[in-house]
Amino acid sequence: MVSGMHAIDKKLLRDFKRLWIQAVAIALVLACGVAILLTSVGMYKALSETRAAYYERNRFADVFAHTTRAPLSLLSEIARIDGVMSVEARISGDAILDIPGRTKTAVGKILSYPETSDPVLNVPLLVAGRFPDPSSTHEVVVNAPFAEASGFEPGDSFSANLRGRKRSLTIVGTVLSPEFVYTIGPGALMPDNTSFGIIWMSERAAAAAFDMTGAFNDVSLALAAGMATAPVIDALDALLEPFGGLGAYDRTTQQSDAFLDAEINQLKGMAAILPPIFFGISGFLVSMVMSRIIALERSEIGLLKAIGYSNTEVCLHYLMLAALIAVVGVLVGWIAGTALARTLAAQYANFFDFPFVIFRVSYWVYAATGLAGLATTSLGAAQAALKAARLAPAIAMQPPAPPRFKRSFIDDAMARLRLAQSTVMILRSLLRWPLRSFLTSLGLALAVAAVIAATFINDALDQIVDLAFYQTNRQDAMLLFAEDVPEAALEDVRHLPGVLQAESQQFHAAILHHGHRTKRVAIESRRPGTDLSRVLDTQGKPLDVPPGGIVLSQRLAAHLDVQSGESIEVEFLSGRRETFSVEVTELVELYFGLGAYMDFEYMNALFRQAPRISTVNITLDALQTDALHAAIKNTPRVSGIVEMNENRRAFQDTIEQNIVVMNTIYIAVAVLITIGVTYNAARIQLSERARELASLRILGFGRGEVSYILVGEMMLIALIAQPFGWLIGAGIARLMTNAFTSDLYAIPLVLKPATFAIASLVVLCAALGSVMIVRRRLDHLNLVSVMKTRE
Amino acid sequence: MADVIFRTQGVTKVYDTGDVKVYALDGVDLELYKSELTVLLGPSGSGKSTLLNILGGLDHATEGRVWFKDTELTDMSDRGLTTYRRDHVGFVFQFYNLVPSLTARENVQLVTDVALDPMPAEEALELVGLSKRMDHFPSEMSGGEQQRVAIARAIAKRPEILLCDEPTGALDSTTGVQVLEALRDINDRFGTTTVVITHNAEIQRMAHRVIFFQDGKISETRVNDKRLDPSEIAW
Repeated sequence: MVSGMHAIDKKLLRDFKRLWIQAVAIALVLACGVAILLTSVGMYKALSETRAAYYERNRFADVFAHTTRAPLSLLSEIARIDGVMSVEARISGDAILDIPGRTKTAVGKILSYPETSDPVLNVPLLVAGRFPDPSSTHEVVVNAPFAEASGFEPGDSFSANLRGRKRSLTIVGTVLSPEFVYTIGPGALMPDNTSFGIIWMSERAAAAAFDMTGAFNDVSLALAAGMATAPVIDALDALLEPFGGLGAYDRTTQQSDAFLDAEINQLKGMAAILPPIFFGISGFLVSMVMSRIIALERSEIGLLKAIGYSNTEVCLHYLMLAALIAVVGVLVGWIAGTALARTLAAQYANFFDFPFVIFRVSYWVYAATGLAGLATTSLGAAQAALKAARLAPAIAMQPPAPPRFKRSFIDDAMARLRLAQSTVMILRSLLRWPLRSFLTSLGLALAVAAVIAATFINDALDQIVDLAFYQTNRQDAMLLFAEDVPEAALEDVRHLPGVLQAESQQFHAAILHHGHRTKRVAIESRRPGTDLSRVLDTQGKPLDVPPGGIVLSQRLAAHLDVQSGESIEVEFLSGRRETFSVEVTELVELYFGLGAYMDFEYMNALFRQAPRISTVNITLDALQTDALHAAIKNTPRVSGIVEMNENRRAFQDTIEQNIVVMNTIYIAVAVLITIGVTYNAARIQLSERARELASLRILGFGRGEVSYILVGEMMLIALIAQPFGWLIGAGIARLMTNAFTSDLYAIPLVLKPATFAIASLVVLCAALGSVMIVRRRLDHLNLVSVMKTRE
Repeated sequence: MADVIFRTQGVTKVYDTGDVKVYALDGVDLELYKSELTVLLGPSGSGKSTLLNILGGLDHATEGRVWFKDTELTDMSDRGLTTYRRDHVGFVFQFYNLVPSLTARENVQLVTDVALDPMPAEEALELVGLSKRMDHFPSEMSGGEQQRVAIARAIAKRPEILLCDEPTGALDSTTGVQVLEALRDINDRFGTTTVVITHNAEIQRMAHRVIFFQDGKISETRVNDKRLDPSEIAW
C-alpha cells in the first residue's frame, strides 16, 4: 500500500503541476485574504501594544483637566480623591513663536517641567540633549518632530511671545511624549510639525511667564488599576470649579489618544470586513475547479476504487489537492502580509510620534490565518471530494450522461427573439447551472465592489475639502487669542497689515446633555450674516442661528439622540458654569469635529457679559502675509495664527499619499479576484465544452464564431455582475463611512457615476483579458481527437 | 462512369513520435464517385479514419495530394478548410457530438443558420423520422435518436458529401439499422456522396463500393453489383 500511496501522491503532484495556472490564480486570491488579515491583525496588535507599552513606561495619565488658575494647595485634596494614585500639576499656555530665518510664525504649546523632581506623569522621553536646568529661564526642550521639521538641534534658539513679552529660548534637548503621539495645533485639521510645537520649560520660567507662581492651570491624574474614571472626573470637577475648571476628561477625549484609538478601531474593522470576502471567493473557486476535475476524472476514480483504494483515500486525495492550493496561498499571504505589516508599521511610527514600535506578530496569528486558508479550500473542495468518494466504481467508469436541459418559458422567449443558436447555447448554459453562474457573477461583483470601496474615497475627500475649505471656512487665516478679549479688539485686527476682512468668533467649552446621553464640545458663536466662517444648512445655504437656539451637526445630534425641535441641556464649563435648556433649531452636515453653534449676542447674554471674542477670521492681501506675521510676533494677546491654505495642503498631502496606496492595493486586489474567477471559470467552461466547440469547428464554424460562445458567456456573466457589484460596492462604501466616522471626523458617502464606471471598466477589462488568454486555447483544439473519444 | 468527387494521389500521413515514425497512411491513391455510398472497412489503426479526416478537411496529409472535384485541398489554409467544411461536407460521428444545451431542432439549426442553401431544420428531422421529437434535448433521447439528429444536422445543409465515422459504433443492432436506413435514404433521395467507416463487415453489403484498408494502404476495392437494404442486414 505504501508504494500505491506513492503513486497516488505522484498523481497529486502532477495534477497540481498541470493545473498550476489555475491553482496560482486561486492561491493569489487566498493570499490576499491571508495578507490582509495578517496585516490588519498585525498592525492592530503592533499599534495597540506599542501604545500600551509607551503609556505604561512613560506613565500616561488617565484623567486630565484645565483651569484658569488653581492654588497648588488644592493638589493634596485632589490626591485624596478615591482611586487617584498620583497627581501631576503643570502650567500650560500658548505662545506665538518666531523661528529664525522664517517669516511665518508658529504656535507653541508651553508646558512646565517640574523643578524639584522628575515628572510623575506624562513623562517626556529624551531623544537628544538634556532636560532644562530648573533654575534657567531660557532653556527649553521641544518635541522632536517639531525640532526636526524646523531644523532645530540642541543649542539653537528661537523667540517666543509669552503674553506680550518676547523671550529668546534656547533648545537644550528634544523629547517625545505619550501625550503627543498625534499632535494637532489649535484650529488645525492635520498634524503640521512646522507650525505647531510643544515646549517644556522650567516651572519657574513658566510660572513667571504666565503669572502662575504658587498656582497651576493643568492637572493630570493616574488612577488605580480598574478604577472607573467617571466618579473621579466628577470629584475633580467639583474641586476645580471655584478656580475656573474647564471640565475634566479621560483618555477618550484626550486628542492624541482619541486619534490613535480611531486608527486602531479602523484596523479592527478592516480585519473584520475584507478577509472573509477573499476567503469566500477562494473557497468558491476551489469548489468550482474541484468539481470539474472530479467530473473529468470519473474513470480514474472508478479505476482507483476498482484496484482497492478506499472511499476515504479517494476523498483525501482530492482534499490534498485543495490543501496544496491553500499551502501556496497561505505562504504567499504570509510573506506579503508580513512585509506589508512591517512597511505599514514603519509608516505609522512616522505618522504617529512613537519612540519605538513593537512589531511582533505572534505565531498564533500565522497559525490562525494558515488554518483559515486551509479550512476555506477544504470546505470548497469538500463537496467535490465527497462526490468522488461516493461514486460507485462501475458507474465511475462509464461516461457521464449528457447534462439535462429542460424547456422553460425562457426558451419560448428566446425562440420569439430568434436568437442565433450560439447565443441560445450561452443563455442555456447560464440557466443550466444557475448557482455556478450566480457565484461566478458574485465573485466578479465583489471585484467591482472592491474598486468602488477604494475609489469613492476620492470623491468623498473632494467633498470634505470643498465643504470644509471653500464653503464653510472661507477665511485665509484665523487669529487666536490667548484668552477671550472684548469685541473692540476686532478693530485692532482690522488695522493689522494685509488684513482685508475680519470677523469675530467666540468659543466656549460645554457639556451637552440629552436624557442620559452627554457630549463635551466647544460651542461656536458668531454674529448673523458672517461671510468667512459659515454654517450651512443641508441645502448648502448659509444659516444664521436664531437667538435662543442651538444648531448641531448631524453626527453630534445622532450621538445625543436628539431631533431638530427638541431641547437639550447646555452645561457651560467656563464663566459661571451655568446650565441652560436650549432648543435644537437645525441640524447641519459637518465632516470635521462635532460642531455646535449659537448666536453671538445670545451667547454673550447667557454669560451676562459684554461681547467678547476668542478668534478672528481674516482674509489677507497675499502680498502682505509676511508683514502680518511680523506684526503678530509682537502682538501680545494673539496666541496663534492658523493659515487655512496650509491646513488644506497638509490635509490633502497626507490624505493623497494614503489614497494612492490604498487605491493601488484595492485595484490590484480587484484585478486578482477578476483573473482568479474569470480564468478558472473560462478554463472550466472550455474543458466542459471542448468537444462541443470542436464539433462546431468540424461543422464549419470559424474560430471567431466558436470563440463567441466562450467569450460571450464569460462576458455576459461579467456584465450581469456589474449592477450587483455597484450595489455591494455602495454597501461596503456605506459600511466604511460608518466605520471611519468618529467624534473627530466623518467621511461622507459620495457615489458618483464615474466611480461605478471606473470600477466596471477595471473589472470588465481584466475579465476580457483573462478570458482571451483561455480563448487562445481554442486555436489548438484537436478536431480529430474529439471525433473519436469521449471527454 | 460517374464524376470523380474525391481524388487522392500518394497520400501519406506520418505520426512522428520522436523515436518511431508511424505511417497511418502510406501512399494511398483513390477515387470516389459522385452519389455513391462507399464503405471503408479495416481493422483499428488501418488508416480509414485518418483518410476520412483528410478528406473532410480536418487534417493535412504529410505527403501526397488531395482534390475535391477540381479544388485541391492539399495545402489549403485553416480558413479555407473551414469554408470547405461549412459549404460542402456533412459529418456524422460515432458519439453523435450533439450540443446538450440545444434541442434536436436547435442542433440542426446550428448548421442551417450558417449554411448557404439549407433545408428547414424540421424537414431534415422529418427525413430521419424525428418530426415528433424536435423539441427534445439530447438527454431526453435514445442513442439511435441522437445519432439520427446528428444525421439530420449533417444533411440539413444539403452537403455534397456525407462523412460518417462509425455511425453505428455506439448503437445496438435495431437502432443501428434505423440509422443506416436514414443514411441510405439520404443517399438515394439526394444523391449525396456518402462515405461510411465501420468495423462491421455486414454493413458493406449496402454500399456501392467497398474499400478495404490494411496497414495504411488500400488492400482491396470491391464494387457491389447488388446492394442489400439495411433492414436485411443484421449483426
